[in-house]
Amino acid sequence: MHIVVCIKQVPDSTHIRVHPVTNTIMRQGVPAIINPYDLFALEEALRLKDKHGGRVTVISMGPPQAAPALRKALSFGCNDAVLITDKIFSGADTLATSYVLASAIKMLNAETPVDIVFTGKQTIDGDTAQVGPGIAKRLELELLTYVSRINAVDRANGQITVERRAEGGVQVLQTRLPALITMLEGSNELRFATTPNMFRAARAEIRHWDRTSAGIEDLKLVGLKGSPTIVSRVFGPTPRAEKAVQIDFDPSNPEAACEALLAKVLAESPRVKKELAQRLPGYQED
Amino acid sequence: MSEVKTTKPIKKRKIKLDENLLAYRGVWVYIESERGHVHPVSWELMGQGRQLADQLGVELCAVLMDAAGPALDAHCNSAFHFGADRCYRIASPVLSDYRNVPFTKALTDLVNAHKPEILLLGATTLGRDLAGSVATTLRTGLTADCTELAIDPEDRCLLSTRPTFGGSLLCTIVTLNYRPQMATVRHRVMPMPEPQPERTGLIVDFDPGLIETDIVTKILEFIPDEMRDKPHLPYAEIIVSGGKGLGKADNFKLVWDLAHVLGAEVGASRAAIHAGWIGADRQVGQTGKTVRPALYIAAGISGAIQHRVGMEGADCIIALNNDPNAPIFDFAHYAIVGDCNQILPALTRSFGTYLSKPETKVVMETAKELA
Repeated sequence: MHIVVCIKQVPDSTHIRVHPVTNTIMRQGVPAIINPYDLFALEEALRLKDKHGGRVTVISMGPPQAAPALRKALSFGCNDAVLITDKIFSGADTLATSYVLASAIKMLNAETPVDIVFTGKQTIDGDTAQVGPGIAKRLELELLTYVSRINAVDRANGQITVERRAEGGVQVLQTRLPALITMLEGSNELRFATTPNMFRAARAEIRHWDRTSAGIEDLKLVGLKGSPTIVSRVFGPTPRAEKAVQIDFDPSNPEAACEALLAKVLAESPRVKKELAQRLPGYQED
Repeated sequence: MSEVKTTKPIKKRKIKLDENLLAYRGVWVYIESERGHVHPVSWELMGQGRQLADQLGVELCAVLMDAAGPALDAHCNSAFHFGADRCYRIASPVLSDYRNVPFTKALTDLVNAHKPEILLLGATTLGRDLAGSVATTLRTGLTADCTELAIDPEDRCLLSTRPTFGGSLLCTIVTLNYRPQMATVRHRVMPMPEPQPERTGLIVDFDPGLIETDIVTKILEFIPDEMRDKPHLPYAEIIVSGGKGLGKADNFKLVWDLAHVLGAEVGASRAAIHAGWIGADRQVGQTGKTVRPALYIAAGISGAIQHRVGMEGADCIIALNNDPNAPIFDFAHYAIVGDCNQILPALTRSFGTYLSKPETKVVMETAKELA
């Protein structure tokens, strides 16, 4: 069984700060991590490998600095890592990104036929959840999004049964391999890297693929040029026209501030007043 | 954050459409129906879609896909009430439950046949699955989880605004020389429009020629969620939320206490959830739930954009924080600067007394009669 996992290196968003004057992202000192949602995809791929045998290839499109993310993935037990990196790929939106990843997966498929492609549900920097479906459509793979559990893989008949999170419930779906699965968060817990795997990962060669090795056929479809969407403006939030009404707070008498607040809210917000009225003892709908 | 200046807009590229793309006209909203019910986000999008269509001087069309039957016809009528001029109806037994391949084919074929300039979908598990697939198949642009949609009057382009960089800034995204322009919007981000029961319109049937035996994916079972004990944040009228400013997990109890007295739901910021103080299903914000309550009390929440986009639709926001420079004070209505662990118990007592007094009831009833 050959499983491909797509990961992305992202800045740890809990450390992102916006410069208060220039309103730009301050990248210095922000640690880079594997997109946390991708870890569930990685673990699920490794579990399938443990159960059914075969190999897991982890891939990522990004700058050369993204190599440590792939090395980290190898330390969990992935067999092979490919960094798809080329200056021409920069500035890509989700459509251009899915084109490059799909091309690379086609090349991997030519080496060893691919049964399952995994992605995370979404990334924490873009939050779009569009690249997984994009790859599936381009490669004509069956698409299974928001998968919370893989119930069974029947390799002899090339079938897979999964549970998919839908609105208001869970769908149990059966489909044909090869398929693309986007894993839901919380569906499993990532294993610890073993010492032998850490040594192996440290020495392993990470393949670097440029446009030629990734099998890019049409250069107009990658990077900024291949992206239908552009960011036309980045800005901070506008404060409300009126500042918040400050209620003075005296730590020795916290009740005073609360009483003042309650009186103000009741006087100024009819909707809150109505909501509170409905919570009074003996309230009846009219 | 009041000293933050909005950056100068990057000079927007002039967008000139190819001849064949000029034929794309009209605003479409995909109406998401499953097991006989329309997801409310679809009606919210109709309200927004109506505004965009009016601004462009074009029709607003609803797209409905389901098995044929009275439910589908009723949904068409509702779509007219919520502002549609026209409904594209695709009735097929293959579409009775959501599966990616037939839904993608039906919507893609419909777009290619009738060419809308804008196509909006709810950012639900279904909507995101479908939108990503349709946009890739059509090779067009898609902007996820928009918090604001507008039209550039100069070139009729859709301006889609969404949080970026993990919710620390906002960005406006435009689609270049590609059509349709696609966007998804999350539930409760747009207000629910008032239905107008006298409205009616034209139903256009469309047949994408779906055959069940062509579809590889089969639905073996649907397991509905147990509704009991699940937080109902999106429709809660009063919410008390806690953040990292509470200091430690134990202090979250103070949030629960106040919520209990108020008959409120409990929410939380992403930071509080990452700290493990409360379950992820209570997160309010860009990656959690969007809420529009009458009253939102934020205790120890700094108010990063990621949280703000999920709750700024609240009628009345009370912010409690010991940092006088917390960004939440830029958009809250009432502010108390101080230690939440002192303020929360006092608020619980004040609201508790107010809600238990018989004389309050008399005052309230008089107020109601007067109103």
